[in-house]
Amino acid sequence: MQPTDISNPQYFHKVVDCQWACPAHTQVPRYIRMIAAGRFDDAYLLNWDSNVFPGILGRTCDRPCEPACRRGRVEENNGEKPEPVAICRLKRVAADHRSADIEQRMRERLPDRIPGAERFRVACVGAGPSALTVARDLAPLGYRVTLFEADAKGGGFMRTQVPRFRLPEAVIDEEVGYILRLGVELVGQRRIDSLKALLAEGYDAVFIGCGAPRGRDLHIPGRDEAAAKIHVGIEWLASVYFGHIKRVGKRVLVLGGGNTAMDCCRSARRLGGDEVKVIVRSGYDEMKASPWEKEDAEHEGVEILNWLNPKSFVHEGGKLTGMWFTPMHAGVDANGRRKLLPTGGPDRLIECDEVLIAVGQENAFPWIERDLGMAFDEWGMPVLDELTMQSSLPGVFFGGDAAFGPKNIIWAVEHGHQAAVSIHNLLQREDVRKRPPPLTNLVSQKMGIHEWSYDNDISPDERYVVPWAPKELTLANIHQEVELGFDLQTAWKEAQRCLNCDVQTVFTKDICIECDACVDACPMDCITFTVDGPELDLRERLTAPAQNLDQDLYVSGPVKTGRIMVKDEDVCLHCGICAERCPTGAWDMHRYLFAESHAGEGQAAAPPASPQQKVTI
Amino acid sequence: MTYLPKPKLHHPSLQRNRVGFTRRDYEGAISTMCAGCGHDSISAAIIQACWELDIQPHRVAKISGIGCSSKTPTYFLSASHGFNAVHGRMPSVLTGANLANRELLYLGVSGDGDSASIGIGQFVHAIRRGVDMVYIVENNGVYGLTKGQFSATADQGSKSKKGAINTDSPVDMVGMALQLGASFVARSFSGDKAQLVPLLKAAMRHKGAAFLDVLSPCVTFNNHEGSTKSYDYVREHNHALCRMDFIPHHAEITAEYAPGEVHEVTQHDGSVLRLHKLPESHDSADRVGAMNYLHACQARGEIVTGLLYVDPDAGDLHAHLDTTPAAFNTLGEAELCPGTAALEAINAGLR
Repeated sequence: MQPTDISNPQYFHKVVDCQWACPAHTQVPRYIRMIAAGRFDDAYLLNWDSNVFPGILGRTCDRPCEPACRRGRVEENNGEKPEPVAICRLKRVAADHRSADIEQRMRERLPDRIPGAERFRVACVGAGPSALTVARDLAPLGYRVTLFEADAKGGGFMRTQVPRFRLPEAVIDEEVGYILRLGVELVGQRRIDSLKALLAEGYDAVFIGCGAPRGRDLHIPGRDEAAAKIHVGIEWLASVYFGHIKRVGKRVLVLGGGNTAMDCCRSARRLGGDEVKVIVRSGYDEMKASPWEKEDAEHEGVEILNWLNPKSFVHEGGKLTGMWFTPMHAGVDANGRRKLLPTGGPDRLIECDEVLIAVGQENAFPWIERDLGMAFDEWGMPVLDELTMQSSLPGVFFGGDAAFGPKNIIWAVEHGHQAAVSIHNLLQREDVRKRPPPLTNLVSQKMGIHEWSYDNDISPDERYVVPWAPKELTLANIHQEVELGFDLQTAWKEAQRCLNCDVQTVFTKDICIECDACVDACPMDCITFTVDGPELDLRERLTAPAQNLDQDLYVSGPVKTGRIMVKDEDVCLHCGICAERCPTGAWDMHRYLFAESHAGEGQAAAPPASPQQKVTI
Repeated sequence: MTYLPKPKLHHPSLQRNRVGFTRRDYEGAISTMCAGCGHDSISAAIIQACWELDIQPHRVAKISGIGCSSKTPTYFLSASHGFNAVHGRMPSVLTGANLANRELLYLGVSGDGDSASIGIGQFVHAIRRGVDMVYIVENNGVYGLTKGQFSATADQGSKSKKGAINTDSPVDMVGMALQLGASFVARSFSGDKAQLVPLLKAAMRHKGAAFLDVLSPCVTFNNHEGSTKSYDYVREHNHALCRMDFIPHHAEITAEYAPGEVHEVTQHDGSVLRLHKLPESHDSADRVGAMNYLHACQARGEIVTGLLYVDPDAGDLHAHLDTTPAAFNTLGEAELCPGTAALEAINAGLR
């Protein structure tokens, strides 16, 4: 194999599984260490820099980092239920314990203004997470950003659709407030109904982050006749938020298997729904909802019924009484494709008083005049450059659910970052496609013979559970937050489960004496010295077979005997025992810093010495 | 050394052997040896060998003397019996233990100081008597615990870390073991587990006195230019006799070889040592040939490693003395103290 090029910034970036999986590339292990050290402000600000809404995301993130977390793989077959580090809930700890003057500290770390930037005006359609991120990135540089929002307050979907028992409004107010107070103008209660008119107002760039506002309906028999008790999920959730809806029938059916369905059923449980069932066409495991959301719903007494396809609504004199469903199974259609097919068994009647339809969301751009010349694809979605978020109109950018259909908050944030870079480039007459290079750094963490700047003692603990408010309380009051967040002692223990995957094992082949100490000492059998060969052959010949092909092999050039060192990155604990046992220092533990650059950053040859740079581990 | 205990977490694919243990179950406390010490590799090889042989850890006794090497039993087989004897006295303690209970596997772990200096008399007699054991000398040529003076196995002309040249002749423990009648004699190198592990397994399954001299570089005091026991020197001068596979008695022998290509030796317990012949390799059943071969290599400046001699049908001390096969701890008072009448009978027989 070719020796691994560790000077390629992507190599070690990929080893930090959580950061690699995070769309915004949040420096997860680093902020977890900060939490363990009680540096909540630093942890909060490190998050804020990448993901803009630590308090919100610490409660509602889709957490792509957690399925990626190495801890889950490491715990496999080790006796316990393998579980990743509770990354998302640790983020909330940073938010819960940040100091009152955080906003002051935030401002100290903002990039410098760009002379002349105040000449440029940027309009954002919508004030959801993507548009707020654009504003957060551009306003400190001096650009004049205006957010147009149909509702009175900023926050978008996070405010109107995510239920309060998952995300208290105060958290949204605070984190949206930080951005607005950077000098961003919010024009509330103004729905943009013509892009042409907006462009005519002379903005230098327009960002469209209007979400995917249209909930998909279900046009099956009885829909119109029983319409009074049938609602589209996201509209119903918004009505609950605005207080238009305060009650729901006793027996509620929620159609759909995504996270919106989970929010609907849990909200219904709090508004008088005693018997709430979620009905899903597919199987339990294929549901789009995150596993923890399903668990939470079931914990609250919601029943999930799978393999049932809605057939018709049953009504008596305009009053909804139930629904017919056709039993389904996973089959193969005439073209050999996997498809949901009826089992042929008898249809099933389920009685109910109210139905919430949460079968998906659609994008809708009726307000974008097609004669503006903006290119749309066959599904009515704007044609975008995925790197820059730029549409075919050079001054118009998209992000969040408006860009590629419904995703999640953390993706919206990353779209916002990228769109902000593009807008900055456009206004500075740079190539829009140019991306600022990330800030990277690789530094030894050795402080003594067997002393490291990080805590390399691996905690054997199983994942800690976030405490909940009592069910009697949460089901009685829709505003009562369910999760209470970790207390500091538990947070510290959970933080100790992190494997510090950003502290890399770095091998220097020229000083290796091949004593085998690292091979013998490695608790995970990650290291092998062997004769070179093709990758797939090597993977079978290692001390322990390297069967996870998503994880790289770290391969050295030939050592003295002509063999090569091969390290399987897959289940490395980053415990540093290889480096402690190495007599020559051929193994050393280096902390790898990878910070994605946002608008106006990463341009200088040497990184500026801002306070954030002084923050180390 | 490292202060942290090795994390209990292990590779997800870690296998269990026929007696239900993983390799990690054969480990001991975290090593306090210098980082890179050859002894740690030998410990790892013993762990591997015991796991592969499906040995029940509680059926092993590790007995050692004094020195770096003799500390190592703490770092493997923590579920086995152990005894740290007085300096150089491992062989007599082991002999006593073996006489009391022949059912355990005895690992005598010693070093060049413990066995070639203070305990050389003990070494000589334990081998001579044919005690059923695996006698491992972790040989680094220096007194590591007292800061690197030459030991009795240091080669004449080799240089100490401080620059002094050794003027004394070395004790050749492999040569002595051959001469004293050891029925299994091998030499290996801590840096070559592919060779060491099968040798250890064969020795553990050997009935009789098995002697293994394992060159084990001292990274702190004897791994420099001018040393003849450094990683580099041993690698450059290693003359490996032949590759050996160890096939336990329960395994099916599948591969077929052309006649003359391999030589197979079946041991007492049915296990097979398969020696892959080299053109110039010698006959492992020829004790005199082994001694000659050893000395010829030595004269050429080569360090011969591998299996030098094995007598698969050797007897041991118990056979020589015709002792009772039962372990003493299984005998009752009546058998252990048969009473005055029995004593009288014995005395009468000697009159």
